[in-house]
This record gives sequence, C-alpha cells and structure tokens, in this order.
Amino acid sequence: MAKFQSLKQAVSENLKDGDTVAFEGFTHLIPHAAAHEAIRQGRKDLTLIRMTPDLVYDQMIGMGMVKKVIFSYAGNPGVGLLRRLRDAVENAWPLPLEIEEHSHAAMANAYEAGAAGLPFAALRGYMGAGLKDVNPNIREVTCPFTGETLAAVPAVRPDVTFIHAQKANKKGDVLVEGIVGVQKEAVLAAKRAVVTVEEVVDNFDDVHPNACVLPSWTISSICTVPGGSHPSYAHGYYIRDNAAYVDWDKIATDREGFQEWMKANVLDVDETIFESRVSGLKGGK
Amino acid sequence: MAQEFTSDEMMTIAASRALGNDDICFVGIGAPSAACNVARLTHAPDITLIYESGTIGTAPDVLPLSIGDGELCDTAVTTVPVPEMFRYWLQGGRITVGFLGAAQLDKFGNINTTVIGDYHNPKTRLPGGGGAPEIASSSGEIFITMKQTLRGMVDKVDFYTSFGHGTGGTHRQDIGITTKGPTLLVTDLAVWRPDPETKEFVVQSLHPGVTREQVQATCGWTVTFADNLSETAAPTELELTTLRDLKARTKAAHEGEAA
Repeated sequence: MAKFQSLKQAVSENLKDGDTVAFEGFTHLIPHAAAHEAIRQGRKDLTLIRMTPDLVYDQMIGMGMVKKVIFSYAGNPGVGLLRRLRDAVENAWPLPLEIEEHSHAAMANAYEAGAAGLPFAALRGYMGAGLKDVNPNIREVTCPFTGETLAAVPAVRPDVTFIHAQKANKKGDVLVEGIVGVQKEAVLAAKRAVVTVEEVVDNFDDVHPNACVLPSWTISSICTVPGGSHPSYAHGYYIRDNAAYVDWDKIATDREGFQEWMKANVLDVDETIFESRVSGLKGGK
Repeated sequence: MAQEFTSDEMMTIAASRALGNDDICFVGIGAPSAACNVARLTHAPDITLIYESGTIGTAPDVLPLSIGDGELCDTAVTTVPVPEMFRYWLQGGRITVGFLGAAQLDKFGNINTTVIGDYHNPKTRLPGGGGAPEIASSSGEIFITMKQTLRGMVDKVDFYTSFGHGTGGTHRQDIGITTKGPTLLVTDLAVWRPDPETKEFVVQSLHPGVTREQVQATCGWTVTFADNLSETAAPTELELTTLRDLKARTKAAHEGEAA
C-alpha cells in the first residue's frame, strides 16, 4: 500500500545511487519537483529512462548524476536542443554520457512489455532506420506464424518510476487525467513507484469508471506537491509554462550560467516553491 | 486582387492544400502543425489530426508549442495512452498521411533529425527521431515540409532517422515496406514530388516570383525540374487570413502565459 510521505523521505527511501530510474511524463505531468529533490540529494551513477527527456533530464545530466540515458527524443519541444545533454555527449562535460537511443514506438512498446512482465517487445519498426545499426539492443525476431521479420527491443524495467498526477484519494489510489502518456506502463513496469500529486481528496466517487486510476497497492509512496510538474502542466490545475521552456534554452547555454541557475532555483530551495511557480498559470484547463 | 505574402506563408499554405477532408493525419510539430491546421480551418474541416501524445481528432484554436499541449487534449475526440497511439493507431495502419519536418533531407526523402557527423562522435547531437521512424514506415504516405538551405537539403543524409526511398527506385519495397513513403515535399520555394521510377524529388511548381536558380542555390543536390514546370497558385485571401489569424492567436496565447 502507498505510504503518504514527504518528498524528501520518498526520494531517500526509493532512489539509490546506481539505480535505473524513469521520471516519466509525455509533455504533460512531468515530475519536475521529484527530480529536483533527487538533485538535492545528490544521487549519482543513475541510468535515466524516458521517452522524451527534456529540461529536467538536461538538469540532472548537467549536474553529473547520470551515467546513461535511454530515450527516444531528447529535445526541448518546440524550442530546440538540450544543451547540457549535448555538452555531455559531445564534450563529456561534466561526465561522459552513454546513450541508448530508440524510437517512440519502441520505447512505448518496451514499457508495455515491462508492465506485462515480458522480456521483450516486438513491433513493426525501425524499417530502414539507422538506429538499428548503432544500438545493439535493437534486434530482430521472426513471427512463428507468418514468418514476418519484426523489430525486438528489451522490456523496460526501472528500479523506480516517478510520476506526477492530479489526485490521490485518502486510500492512496492515484488518478491521472488528460494526456496520460506512458505513465501507467512506467509505474507497472517498475519495482517501486513514487507519485507526486496536486492534491489528496476524500474519495474518487465522482470519477468516470474508465478513468486511468492506479490502485494504492501499485504505488510505494505518495507526496503532495502542488505545482510539482512546473514548467510542465497538470490538466485541470495549471497550464504549461511555455515561456519557461523558451528561457531554458538561454539558461542552459553555458556551464556557469547553468550552475548558478541550479543553485538558486533547485539546490537552495525545496519543493514548496512549486506552488508559487504555477500561481500565474491557473485558469487554464 | 494580389496580396503580399512571405515565403514561409506560401510554404505553409501550399502544404495545407495537399491534405484532404478524409485524411487521417499524424502531425509532426512545427511547420507541419501549422499546415495541418490551416487545412482544417479552410478546405478540410473534417480532417482528423493526430498528435503523438495520444490526441486523436484534435482541433486546437492555437498552435501547440509541444506535441502535448493541453489544448490538443481539450479539443480532441479522444486521448489515448502513448503505447496505444503507436500500436493500434499508427502500426495498425489507421493513418493515411504522416506529415514530417526535417533537419536534414536528401533527394530521396530520407530524413535525419539524429546527428550531424558520426553517430558515435557527433559534430552536433540533434534531438533524435521521436515518433518519426515508424511514422515514416507505417503511414499510408508521407508529406515533408521544410525551408530550403544548403545545410538542410543535402546530397546524402548523415543518418537515416526516417527511411524515405533509401537509394531510390524500389529500395523501399525491397526492404519490405509496403507503404508509399514520401510523396510530397513543400519548401519555401517550391512544390516537389518524387519521380515515379527513380523516386528522386522533382520540382513540380515554383512559388510565385521564385526562380530555378534560387531553388538550386539553396539545395545541396543537382535539382531536376519537371518538363511541365508550373507556378504554385498564390495564397488566396481566405488562406492568408486563416494562417495569419492562427499565428496571431498563437502568439497572443503563448505571450499571455509568460505574463
């Protein structure tokens, strides 16, 4: 059953040096506050998994916490490249970074296989694509019924997955609404799962019967962190802070500017600051 | 009544015209997104627009900055999980047109958005393929839109992020892909379609005021022009107004968020 904990406790209990960890969110509901707590706790040698590593992965990579990243699109959506990730890949700063690169279809299938307890995922993918020549984890499997050659990738099985969601109820069930991404699969594929939520409500009696609800017993820890996905968004609570994504491109340009920003905005604060960061972004759906 | 328009506007509008009311279109971010929504707001009101975040049948009032802005979910017929998006809807063969942008493109419609230089020792690390490798193989056909530059339109892409027609001819079928692949390229200067045999992009029409020399000067391969080369129809007033209103709404919305 999920424990209600402080974010500090939840990260400390669930994330260890050397872990394989997913902070999932597909544009929406990205668990920024949880990743910032991991930065403050100075975790290292992490293997990070995510379909769409964006700002917060750029930050963790730039802080030297990451030895490998498994991903399918590493960019600042609509803005450009991830400058800290580039610096690590191109110049090994602050550390060399190993990359395992896939397509979205393969990553989504790999999470699903992880959730399904399968060792690998099969898909009709990577046809003619260069990634299969540079990533030894992209292989082929022959359909035993038709003889068709399909792509195969290993299942994703994180030690721990972090997600952000709109609500938990008092029993510890979690509701995810809007663009649900790959979060359900990421939670069910992981050994442990930590969820930050906008709020805790009494019950889910008014929730649609087909809503995306993760039962309490699939989750290790729940932490209430209003605004915890900023500058991403929480559907129904606050809108995406597009300006912050644009600003990040400048902040991440040089190493010193990046480090100063991290000190002021991550290291020297705690998760309670997130609520104020979204105060001007309310009113959106 | 001729109106002034920019080459960017011409590109978006020419691209929008290729989409039909019955299309089920998988929309790439950036230039494709603008073209798809202009189509929806002009001649193709019932077109189904799908973004890889899982939003199916979306009708955004403003253009999203990312493929997962809340606006896309709010206006969608339904929003599905990302694994379902790629498995049932894309791999399942439901998409008629995949609309992609490109950082680097060659004359056979192969796209690179992964690296400039060697993969293991890159000169520039780009964001990567995202959904594109399978959009390129599973969509019924592929439209591409990009601005022409010597850096962008190259003789040979550094990396095959998304397979177009490979080295041309029947390469696509030879490796077992059954979909059509790139059938249209719209740049800021011209409309291109692949030669039916060689699969090399051939300029079909030049946008108003554009010369052959301009097209060649911003393209890294030797350009072939169709025998019956024509001029792209200039934007209509409706097309221009629709695009400009959409851009203005988008700008206002994104600036409003920053306030």
